Amino acid sequence: MTHSSPPRVLILGAASGIAQATARLYAAERATIGLAGRNPARLTSIADDLKTRGAARVATFDIDFVSADAAASLAEADAELGGVDHIILAYGLLGDQRQAESDADAARAILDVNFRSAAAWCLAAANFLEQKGKGSLVVLGSVAGDRGRRSNYVYGAAKAGLAVLVQGISHRFAGKGPRAVIVKPGPTDTAMTAGMAKGGPLWASPETVAAIVRKAADRGGPIVYAPARWRLIMTIIRTIPSAIFDKMNF
Amino acid sequence: MSSFLPTSAALSWGRTPRVSQSIARPSFADELRPLIADARRIPGGLLATGLRRSYGDSCLNDGGAVIDMSGLDRLISFDRVTGRLVAEAGASLADILKVAIPAGFLLPVTPGTKFVTLGGAIANDVHGKNHHRAGTLGRWIRRLSLIRSDGAEHELSDDDASGLFAATIGGLGLTGIIARAELQLQPIASSMMEVETIPFGNLSEFFRLAEESDATHDYTVAWVDCLSSGGALGRGVFSRAWHSREGSREVDDKRALAVPIDAPGFLLNRFSLSAFNAFYYRLAGRRRHATVSYNPFFYPLDAIGGWNRLYGRQGFYQYQSVVPPAVAEAATMEMLKTIAAAGQGSFLAVLKTFGDVPSPGLLSFPMKGTTLALDFANRGPRTLALLDRLDAIVREAGGRLYPAKDGRLPPEMFRAGYPGLSEFVKHRDPGLSSSFSRRVGL
Repeated sequence: MTHSSPPRVLILGAASGIAQATARLYAAERATIGLAGRNPARLTSIADDLKTRGAARVATFDIDFVSADAAASLAEADAELGGVDHIILAYGLLGDQRQAESDADAARAILDVNFRSAAAWCLAAANFLEQKGKGSLVVLGSVAGDRGRRSNYVYGAAKAGLAVLVQGISHRFAGKGPRAVIVKPGPTDTAMTAGMAKGGPLWASPETVAAIVRKAADRGGPIVYAPARWRLIMTIIRTIPSAIFDKMNF
Repeated sequence: MSSFLPTSAALSWGRTPRVSQSIARPSFADELRPLIADARRIPGGLLATGLRRSYGDSCLNDGGAVIDMSGLDRLISFDRVTGRLVAEAGASLADILKVAIPAGFLLPVTPGTKFVTLGGAIANDVHGKNHHRAGTLGRWIRRLSLIRSDGAEHELSDDDASGLFAATIGGLGLTGIIARAELQLQPIASSMMEVETIPFGNLSEFFRLAEESDATHDYTVAWVDCLSSGGALGRGVFSRAWHSREGSREVDDKRALAVPIDAPGFLLNRFSLSAFNAFYYRLAGRRRHATVSYNPFFYPLDAIGGWNRLYGRQGFYQYQSVVPPAVAEAATMEMLKTIAAAGQGSFLAVLKTFGDVPSPGLLSFPMKGTTLALDFANRGPRTLALLDRLDAIVREAGGRLYPAKDGRLPPEMFRAGYPGLSEFVKHRDPGLSSSFSRRVGL
């Protein structure tokens, strides 16, 4: 579906690298953009950038996703932006797997941010879009949710749960108008992955992933890999017998 | 919050030095001050870098700390009436063009690639094909904000009396970290260019064409076949242009090719280069006129992503000199003879006359005269010996070399070429350094 007029988009976790690259694509379309996050000064600097790049209007929302009332926040954004066509959930916490194994609070934080809170926002967004009878929910998942690995399985478990939730919302929406998509990026070169050895064919730029997120808001789904080659890679990884998988270190 | 992480084998565009440095890549401007403070624990000093399109070691800091500014690429404001644009220092010229062109503006001055940051363009006070009219980019910077290594932030305007603004323009990042800047863009009626190409048979013809064209055209540049000798020495193609007076204003982002791997070095031997150059000369053929988009006119090599890898793993040197007008023809002739005799030419030999528009920076490279720029594949001592011979010609002529292109110029030659140096050192930030600054004792 293409929009006759520029879309109105609400981005949850607007300061993330993928979110900012996606927002710039919307700005180039002269979209109306809502930026939600926890750091108002940073959101303001992003808003100025998007306005300079062509956005029709940009509003910022100071929201702590873990504690906020999602339904009320969505209603507020809807009023402020004059309607919302696309909701993009882009926040996440990679966390430290090692720490999560010895420190229950650290594990809880990873699960709270990436699943408990994200699920609450998705359910609120589902009701919001269902009531409108149109619009798209695009959620950033991860290939880490496709098979548990010792290096990041707490994060992966949260993203796996989120993927099933979004898939379910997509099923609920079938034939009703709205859409829901989970986008699963592979490793992406953003601040979230600072400190990892980057480069090589498996790493993607945030701009590459953003183009896929933007497209997912218009069509396709409900499960989209970013870049697309990760669908094949993860199909293979999921089918590796554990006798072999256990000997692999990644 | 980003932090410094050690990396090995960091490269500049010329891919000759490989250095170990600790790099931080902030995503937000509020991370700059904490990073600058944190860098004090790293003994080798600190340098801010952009997209690392400098060819030699001015964008490297071996053993030190580097803040990669490319994540601070936000456009802050753009007045579509006056053409004033404010951006973070990590914004690329490509980003700026995307918003400028639809609004009817273009960069007032642009180097041969749009994949450089605004901060890097200021720190090297870059020039372009319109130097004889517009001068350097530094002349179009209205304000900038600079964070010194002691944490003090300075808002500097182009009428700054302290001298810090002038030191920062072309200051190679050694006066402080440029956080953001305001740039005056130039209005255009169309993003198309009217380009005339005129073959010339020798160097005297180039100088005649340059003098004539600088009076009539906004943009002038020449390509020179530096491998031909004898009567054909200095033959080439002159290109002159102005903006189309009508037509569309469209962002042109086409990138046709990419070089995914390092080419084997033997691809660039004397014979392949000679054939390439002869082909280029014939391709240009007779004098002709064309209307082309700004993109292929200003940025022909941007169409080939990673063209620097064509020189293979050994990398290459770029050599760019400027010599004063009185001796320009003789000195350029001698340089071309020396290069032809050595048989180590390059894809690109670019010749241009600089005008007398003064450069605002204390260490700006451009001065009135003739500039010659070429690439040399790195063949070790043989290449360095040739560059030493070229140095002697440039020094004798009273000329200088461009630090952004350099990876080996001797300290004495740097000092001799830049009379503004004694004034510059008063504004030098002692907490900042680069491999270049250490090498030339700056």
